[in-house]
Amino acid sequence: MEVIMALMIATLVGSGVYLTLRARTFPVILGITLLSYGVNLFVFVSGRLSVNQVPVVGMSENPSDPLPQALVLTAIVIGFAMTAFLVVLALRGEGELNNDHVDGGSDGEGG
Amino acid sequence: MNLSILVLLPFLGAALPPLAERFKASRTLLALSAAALPALALGLMVAPGRRVIDGETVLSSVQWLPSLGLDLAFRLDGLALLFAMLVLGIGLLIILYARYYLSADEKAGRFYAYLLLFMGAMLGVVTSDNLLLLVVFWELTSLSSFLLIGFWSHNSVARKGARMALTVTGMGGLALLAGVLLIGQVVGSYSLGEALASGDAIRASGLYPLILCLVLLGIFTKSAQFPFHFWLPHAMAAPTPVSAYLHSATMVKAGVFLLARFYPMLAGTNLWFDLVTLAGMATLIWGALAALFQNDLKGLLAYSTISHLGLITLLFGLNTELAAVAAVFHIINHATFKASLFMAAGIIDHETGTRDMRRINGLWRYMPYTAVLAMVASAAMAGVPLLNGFLSKEMFFAETLQSDRLGAMSWVLPLGATLGGVLSVAYSARFIHDVFFNGEPVNLPKFPPHEPPRYMKVPVEILVALCIAVGVFPSLTVAGLLAVAGTATLGGTLPEYHLSIWHGFNVPLLMSVIALVGGVLVYSQRRRLLQWHARLPEINANLIFERAMQALARFAGAFSGVLRNGSLQTYVAWLLAVVALVLLSQVRPHLLNGERPLLPLDGVAVLAGAMLMVAAVITAILHRHRMTAIMSISVVGLVMSLVFVRFSAPDLALTQLSVEVVTVMLLILAMYFLPVRTSPESGALRVSRDLILSVVVGGGVGVMAFAMMTSDFTSISGFFLENAKPGGGGTNVVNVILVDFRGFDTFGEITVLGIAAMGIYALLKDLELTSPRSDATGRPWARDAHPLVLVTISRPLLPLALLVSVYIFLRGHNLPGGGFIAGLITSVALLLQYVASGVGWMRYRMPGDYHPVVALGLLLAGVTGVASWFFGHPFLTSTFDHIHWPLVGDFELASAMLFDAGVFLTVVGATLLMLANLGKLSLLDDKGGNAGQIGDVGERGDA
Repeated sequence: MEVIMALMIATLVGSGVYLTLRARTFPVILGITLLSYGVNLFVFVSGRLSVNQVPVVGMSENPSDPLPQALVLTAIVIGFAMTAFLVVLALRGEGELNNDHVDGGSDGEGG
Repeated sequence: MNLSILVLLPFLGAALPPLAERFKASRTLLALSAAALPALALGLMVAPGRRVIDGETVLSSVQWLPSLGLDLAFRLDGLALLFAMLVLGIGLLIILYARYYLSADEKAGRFYAYLLLFMGAMLGVVTSDNLLLLVVFWELTSLSSFLLIGFWSHNSVARKGARMALTVTGMGGLALLAGVLLIGQVVGSYSLGEALASGDAIRASGLYPLILCLVLLGIFTKSAQFPFHFWLPHAMAAPTPVSAYLHSATMVKAGVFLLARFYPMLAGTNLWFDLVTLAGMATLIWGALAALFQNDLKGLLAYSTISHLGLITLLFGLNTELAAVAAVFHIINHATFKASLFMAAGIIDHETGTRDMRRINGLWRYMPYTAVLAMVASAAMAGVPLLNGFLSKEMFFAETLQSDRLGAMSWVLPLGATLGGVLSVAYSARFIHDVFFNGEPVNLPKFPPHEPPRYMKVPVEILVALCIAVGVFPSLTVAGLLAVAGTATLGGTLPEYHLSIWHGFNVPLLMSVIALVGGVLVYSQRRRLLQWHARLPEINANLIFERAMQALARFAGAFSGVLRNGSLQTYVAWLLAVVALVLLSQVRPHLLNGERPLLPLDGVAVLAGAMLMVAAVITAILHRHRMTAIMSISVVGLVMSLVFVRFSAPDLALTQLSVEVVTVMLLILAMYFLPVRTSPESGALRVSRDLILSVVVGGGVGVMAFAMMTSDFTSISGFFLENAKPGGGGTNVVNVILVDFRGFDTFGEITVLGIAAMGIYALLKDLELTSPRSDATGRPWARDAHPLVLVTISRPLLPLALLVSVYIFLRGHNLPGGGFIAGLITSVALLLQYVASGVGWMRYRMPGDYHPVVALGLLLAGVTGVASWFFGHPFLTSTFDHIHWPLVGDFELASAMLFDAGVFLTVVGATLLMLANLGKLSLLDDKGGNAGQIGDVGERGDA
């Protein structure tokens, strides 16, 4: 199971990195979203994997680590807020510059 | 008396002259305001000075940054006293001199302020009892001397000279800092007293060669030792009072001061001898030779300063106690005669309008009084008997004869010393003869020159009188001070020595005679020498330095141009490349052999994992097909929540699921407004670079994740699990952590959320966007804005969703749920109404803004936290109790629940503020008419 999880994290981070390096704002937004999924998952698994061990007192004998979960919970919400901010930044850039290139310039050689 | 006050006085004094200038004080009053506090400092030093003369060391210390070992510690011993007197005494004379030197239209207030800053810095250097503090003041002298040298900032030569001095001495200062840090490491303390006592440990340490080289680099750059001497002549672009101060008693003396100060710590080794003696010898001869060929009056003095500094350095290098005493003695003598010579040169410049010795001739007839003063001072510089320079030079000659470190080559030292003496006599002779005799003045800008104002001569008179007094009655004048300064330098006992004019017929006397006779002979052959010199290729240090600086600037520009080319893409690529490098350097095969047993695989998990991976890759590949990309990224989010369900994180699953919904809404809005076509721009090269980066970073992070998951660990979570119920009153540990244990973090996080929402609101204000009429393939967007089915289903869903949300909120403390999730569910339910029925429809039913909701949420959370103060507990301490509610049963009330309500409100407010405002854009567009351009409708009321 750990192998699958590591592969998932790797794929999320890798796809996120690739999209983050694109020139247009929309793929960069997608990339940051994927990247934050990957990072959230990474932080989550730092509590190690456990099945059916919900960290609620009395519901499991060997509860999973609650601390990474608490960290990731807020990270998900803040990640969403940051994605929203990024979207609006891109929209504003589009509105001001009539362009959705991350550098604000139209073409340039950066693709 | 606290010594730090003494050091502080000049700094305080620096504020007075500019103030006086503002009130249009006369020039004399300005000078007085500048002199007031240094004079006070000099007066205050009398009492501790007496104690020092009696053999005491006055210490005072105030803690400043104890964690860094940096204290405001000062010490006044013999050496510090000597230098403090030079700094303050000559400083006061300089102020008096500058009163007459500066013309009426110059910013004298600023000048005095710089001068006092420098004086304070210098005073700090000589009295610091903490190595780091010493370096701080050392750097301050570099900075303030930059201001002084560049005082005539309209003059490009002055600017360049100042820059060069700062660059060279600043670099040296950095080296000194490194050296001092290493000393601190060896000694275990930055206290100067302890370091001085640990000389043996430092010399025995393996770091000693490095320490010595670094410290010497600082000293040699400051004291203009060969090959770092070149900045000093260029610093002559400064006003003459500055030159007289910086190059006689202070700036350059800071270097040799440090040689004296660190003498007990670093001296006594062969390495010290070789480095210090060699540099000193080279500087002594090179400086004297160059001085001979200068046509500029101040240039001659500048090179002679270099030469004399070389002499002092050479003496310190000899490693004998008597040589060190002679060096200290020469420091005093050089300060007195060189300051007076610079002032005399300034007077001549002032009265004739030039400093060119080819034009200034025969001034004896016009200004005989100044001529006498200058002649006595330069005779002292030449080492003529009955003047102070003679005494220390005699000691110098004697000491060079004592050394046998060079073995059979030992004769080189006295020979070099004599040669230096010969040249020194020659350039002194040139100074006197060329300027005051040697025919008639040639074409002077101001003619005829006459004596300067009475009081401009006073500082010169005082200094020349000192030269004579020390020269004739050494034991009555300087002996006491020299004895304590020498004792402090050697860090213990003083050797037997005798200050007197006549030591009998001996070799040093012979050397003196050779120097005097030889010097006059050399000067008599000056025509031939100057012709010979004129044929030599000119080495312009300034040009070389400027070229080197420009080359450095070009290199730096090119280098940062590569990194910082204005493209965000490139920055991100560099950033990720570094991440990739770090990962590559850390990934090792053994990371894959973790000790934890692996969880067994099962089909569903494999399938879900594969789905996530495929969806992520599809998102990456098909990002130009935006609808597809959004759909596949929503699959990723969905599988994420399944992963959380599977691996015992129900809270996370709920959060992820609801966030997923709003994220997709967000992405669709982004897609709607951003340009339809994402043109393929990346070349094959760029794509392969990005592919490599993403594979390396992704793979590296994956390996790290695997290594982490398979290694054992100890968690601090045991505490949370044990105390959630008894301490926080809840069984859902994740929620208890959020609202109780780490409530302050959560408070910060919802604040960020609120700030992000406000930022979005601000960014969206007055934003004009073009709505697309059709998608990439030309299909028009559906005009049916609010499909009936969706409207019909969504409306009854709202109350249900809100009910669920309340339930999730209430149970959150004990079962999966809580403020975050409840807030997200509420937001989703409300947003669904926006989507289904439109912004306009919602505006009837949800009047008002969402800002107050965010503010209320934050306020609630904050007040809950503050409330615990009133019960004498720290911020955000929670309390809880169980009450019995009829019909419902046992019910728990926790103060953390109020905090959670704050979280709830903030999440709802922020999410709706973000999305509803974004959605409003499309509403504006609907009203914008057919042009497809959003008009400036602003907050137009709903139709």
